[in-house]
Amino acid sequence: MIVREAVQNLNLTILAGTGPLDQEVTGGYAADLLSCVMAGAAAGNLWITLQTHLNVVAVASLLGLAAVVVAEGAPVPPETVEKAREQGVVLLSSPLPVFETVAALVALGIHGRGT
Amino acid sequence: MIPPLIVETALQRGLDLLAVTDHNATGNAWAVMAAAQGTGLTVLPGMELQTREEVDLLCLFETLAQAQAWQAQVDQALWPLKNDADHFGPQFLVDAAGDFVAEEERLLQGPTRFGLAEAARAVRALGGLAIPAHIERSHAGLLGVLGLWPPDLEADAAELSPNLRPRGALARYPFLAPIPLITGSDAHMLDFIGQVVTVFVLAGPPTLAELRLALQGQAGRRFYVP
Repeated sequence: MIVREAVQNLNLTILAGTGPLDQEVTGGYAADLLSCVMAGAAAGNLWITLQTHLNVVAVASLLGLAAVVVAEGAPVPPETVEKAREQGVVLLSSPLPVFETVAALVALGIHGRGT
Repeated sequence: MIPPLIVETALQRGLDLLAVTDHNATGNAWAVMAAAQGTGLTVLPGMELQTREEVDLLCLFETLAQAQAWQAQVDQALWPLKNDADHFGPQFLVDAAGDFVAEEERLLQGPTRFGLAEAARAVRALGGLAIPAHIERSHAGLLGVLGLWPPDLEADAAELSPNLRPRGALARYPFLAPIPLITGSDAHMLDFIGQVVTVFVLAGPPTLAELRLALQGQAGRRFYVP
């Protein structure tokens, strides 16, 4: 599964990073505490969150995540979008809340660490 | 936690300076300042603001006028919800003797709509000190919530929880090296007042200008965490 397929299947909006949509997705992780994400998410993961602070981009870049999916159409500050463009981080928006977004990704065959 | 007992406890424990930092509120600061009049204790009016990222930011001021100007900005950023006193407890405003003045009906719990960097800028523009609170905590601590020090955040210092000292914090988070690290008691009950302290070595009364110099280690002023 590559990022582009998730974008198409879930009707995700691309906020930043149109280039690297062919990256393979290695799994999924959902949390809003960035300290947890730094400890728990792995390279190539899709990260589903409601957190939209600038540091989301730094954490995604640091870990080499496949994409960040902001759930529930939460408004993303322009500085976060701008930083994602600069750093080549794929930033997506899902109209669905976190729970439904995760469920849809699991239905597509994307899994977490233990599943 | 009525004002005369706060002042008495602080004096008994040898404190010279404390800040009143209620959650998203400054309404009780004047009463503690008044209760400390004529004692050796200096009381700064302040607030523990919770930002929209759910990070707590200490906002310290020198005068009530500054604190009130800040409160006016925060009032615009509060969610328009009423406090449920059964669930969260009543929010009393009291006078210097601790007698009931009024009940705050707006919900002060939880986050405001202020962004962290934006709030810190606004506090400093009013002449205040902006200090992220208990930064290592996963609940409402800057590093717990945001993982890293945000590149756009301009703060005067960072506060560590009572169980962490600057040396321990630097071992865990080396990127904090350029940030002045202080400890605060975060006292929600009388017992915790002064449980940890930061010592400021100043050239005069503890004005914000003196504290700022001490945090920056300038002009012979300094600070340390015993």
